[in-house]
Amino acid sequence: MRRIASLALALMLAFAPAAALAVNPGEMLSDPGLEARAEAIGQTLRCLVCQNESIEASDADLAHDLRVLVRERLKAGDSDEQVKQYIVDRYGEFVLLQPVFAIHTLLLWLAAPLLILLGGFVLWRLARRHVPPSAPLTPEEVEALESLASPRVEPVDDDHHLL
Amino acid sequence: MTIELGHFALILAFAVATMSAIVGFAFWRTEGRITVYVRQAAILQFVLVAAAFAALINAFVGSDFSLALAYEHSHSLMPLIYKVTSVWGSHEGSMVLWISILVGFGAAVAVFGRNLPQDLLTLVLAMQALLVAAFDGFTIFTSNPFLRLNPAPLEGQDLNPVLQDIGLAIHPPLLYTGYVGFSICFSFAIAALISGRIDAAWARWVRPWALLSWCFLTLGIAMGSYWAYYELGWGGWWFWDPVENASFMPWLAGTALLHSALVMEKRNALKIWTIFLSIITFSLSLLGTFLVRSGVLTSIHAFATDPTRGIVILVLLALFIGGAFTLFAMRASTLRAGGLFAPVSREGALILNNLFLATGLAAVLVGTLYPLILEAFGRTISVGAPFFNLTFGALMVPLLLLLPLGPFLAWKRGDLVAVTQRLAGAAIAALAIAIVVFFIAGRSISLAPLGMLLGFWVACGAIADLIDRTKLFRIAPAESWRRLAGLPRSALSTAIAHFGLGISVMGIVATSAWSSELITTAAPGQTLALAGYTLHFDGIDDTPGPNYEAERGLFTITAPGGGTQQVDAEKRVYTVGRQPTTEAAIETYGFSQLYLQLGEKGQGDAYVVRVWFKPFVTFIWFGALIMAFAGFLSLSDRRLRVGAPRRREAEAPLPEAAE
Repeated sequence: MRRIASLALALMLAFAPAAALAVNPGEMLSDPGLEARAEAIGQTLRCLVCQNESIEASDADLAHDLRVLVRERLKAGDSDEQVKQYIVDRYGEFVLLQPVFAIHTLLLWLAAPLLILLGGFVLWRLARRHVPPSAPLTPEEVEALESLASPRVEPVDDDHHLL
Repeated sequence: MTIELGHFALILAFAVATMSAIVGFAFWRTEGRITVYVRQAAILQFVLVAAAFAALINAFVGSDFSLALAYEHSHSLMPLIYKVTSVWGSHEGSMVLWISILVGFGAAVAVFGRNLPQDLLTLVLAMQALLVAAFDGFTIFTSNPFLRLNPAPLEGQDLNPVLQDIGLAIHPPLLYTGYVGFSICFSFAIAALISGRIDAAWARWVRPWALLSWCFLTLGIAMGSYWAYYELGWGGWWFWDPVENASFMPWLAGTALLHSALVMEKRNALKIWTIFLSIITFSLSLLGTFLVRSGVLTSIHAFATDPTRGIVILVLLALFIGGAFTLFAMRASTLRAGGLFAPVSREGALILNNLFLATGLAAVLVGTLYPLILEAFGRTISVGAPFFNLTFGALMVPLLLLLPLGPFLAWKRGDLVAVTQRLAGAAIAALAIAIVVFFIAGRSISLAPLGMLLGFWVACGAIADLIDRTKLFRIAPAESWRRLAGLPRSALSTAIAHFGLGISVMGIVATSAWSSELITTAAPGQTLALAGYTLHFDGIDDTPGPNYEAERGLFTITAPGGGTQQVDAEKRVYTVGRQPTTEAAIETYGFSQLYLQLGEKGQGDAYVVRVWFKPFVTFIWFGALIMAFAGFLSLSDRRLRVGAPRRREAEAPLPEAAE
């Protein structure tokens, strides 16, 4: 289905805006609290025939149907989670813009937290390692130091740095 | 005839680049004539590609539809500017733009890099030539923009209507300049790895190019975001679309590179990491330009549906990125860490900046590619805005919290207590503003005031940095002013760029939290109200444009403070493709915007009308403009001219590094 949409919208560049019309007034619920909930739910549901658009942002027929469906379930008294589950049961987890936390998405969710922990740990180790003063100078370093003392100073590149 | 000349020039550029790359890599140790050769070849490539580009523009402007590309993407009735911009409104044409900028940068290095060590210059230009050869070859062999049609059609098929916009004139050139500019950093990294010349001087040569590219990328992304905002029709400005992410990732990597190169330049530390970032930034730029076109990422932007093209692109990406990282893996172990520093120091702060930026980058990268990988195993999931807002957002909070501390810390060893004391004023100011906003905004229990607090904190911290440096309030104002004028531009631009970031954060939070919307049907004569503004629907005007039919809803907006403004929200149907577009009416009040869109026609003469009030939305892009301005300001610093420093400095890099 995504193929069809991408063929239809032949575009380039980092941001190619496509005409998208959001919610129609006729679909909206009269209860503003319920409507706000519907919009919040709609923003987390993907319009299945569109590219990365939520059903709230798309003017595709399917998005319209889904918006109506969400609002019907809300009127029937479903909780937000129940509404989402209802849609997922019918359309699969592809419909969720925020993927579930499960075995197959473990890496997706944990990549960033693991990286920050790993990075923090490495930095912490490096910082600790830096604390003790460096070892005595090696003979080459002594030599380099002495050559520095001579009046004509050669540019010292890093491979011979003194620290 | 000019078309064939252009075609020939592009082929010749390919030949010149290939020779230059072979000769440069084979004989880089031989100084003198070889260096002259690759430098002249770089300038020649620029002249040739510019000629090819000019031939294309000439054909488009003259509506020469015997050129297949012009037939497919242009129309004789289009305004002149769109005739020019439609040159890069297609895959083939945008490749030529991309290569033009690539050779432009190569020629710039050849001209301004005279003072670089000759072997390094030869290697840099050879690497640039290799890139030119690869992508010029790709263009000629798989995406030839110079194909002719016989017989020539009388009229073109028109440019995709959403691209018929000033945005196409500005966004791609800016974005591509940003992307491609990082190729210089990439080439410098490769040259450094091959020649083993990796020191503080190297960082000083690379940083201006990184900064220049970063400025253009910042502007390009901001412009793209604003374009999407006004063209899309419902006021969204960032969608976490794979292609947006593809432009955002090099920006994150480039931002990290700017900061780490600073440490390398001043303190001769973080060398491996800086080289790594130079490689990864351009790799991500390549990913941004080309992965999009391979059709691998299915998104509204992917237009290359030709699988051979996609495979060639993937092979090229694999060769360049894989080759660079292989070289990196082989040589990285020979690099040794430089200057020592305590964890609490300017260096430490910059490393933390890199940690959060790199992790944020990883979060975006994983989120973008994960669905593709999972799809290969037969499961389809979506990773959309809610995921990125959560993960990326969570990583940016500590970054923004710590950011103001960085510029206050001393190199080598900083004093956290003293810094906290000097920043107390900024913290109090930020908190006070946030509390005021909290009460004005209706004391809602939400994260919004906390998000605003972050923005205020970053901006106030930047101002505090300037106050501290100029000793304002502690010495006479005139003396402070003299100090401000005497500040190194790089220090000034740090504060300005961070201030811009704070402004952007405020805009993002305010718009996300306090936008209000009205979706209703209205007939001419009716009056609507939103956020204190009243909108009177005056009527409908259907005068057609040059190549489209239009329906304009005419509205009179009355602001809360009085003052009226007439606007029109337009719906267009382009004559050739019968494709509809919407042109929202956007009226700016202070930094906020009223965004009005005309929807479809309902019963009778009523229309669906959608109105949004977006408080402080322009802060998002103003912040980006400020950041880019700061970058250019820093570039104008005498000590950091584009190109290379004088030879004298090049020979003695250490005094600066040792400080």
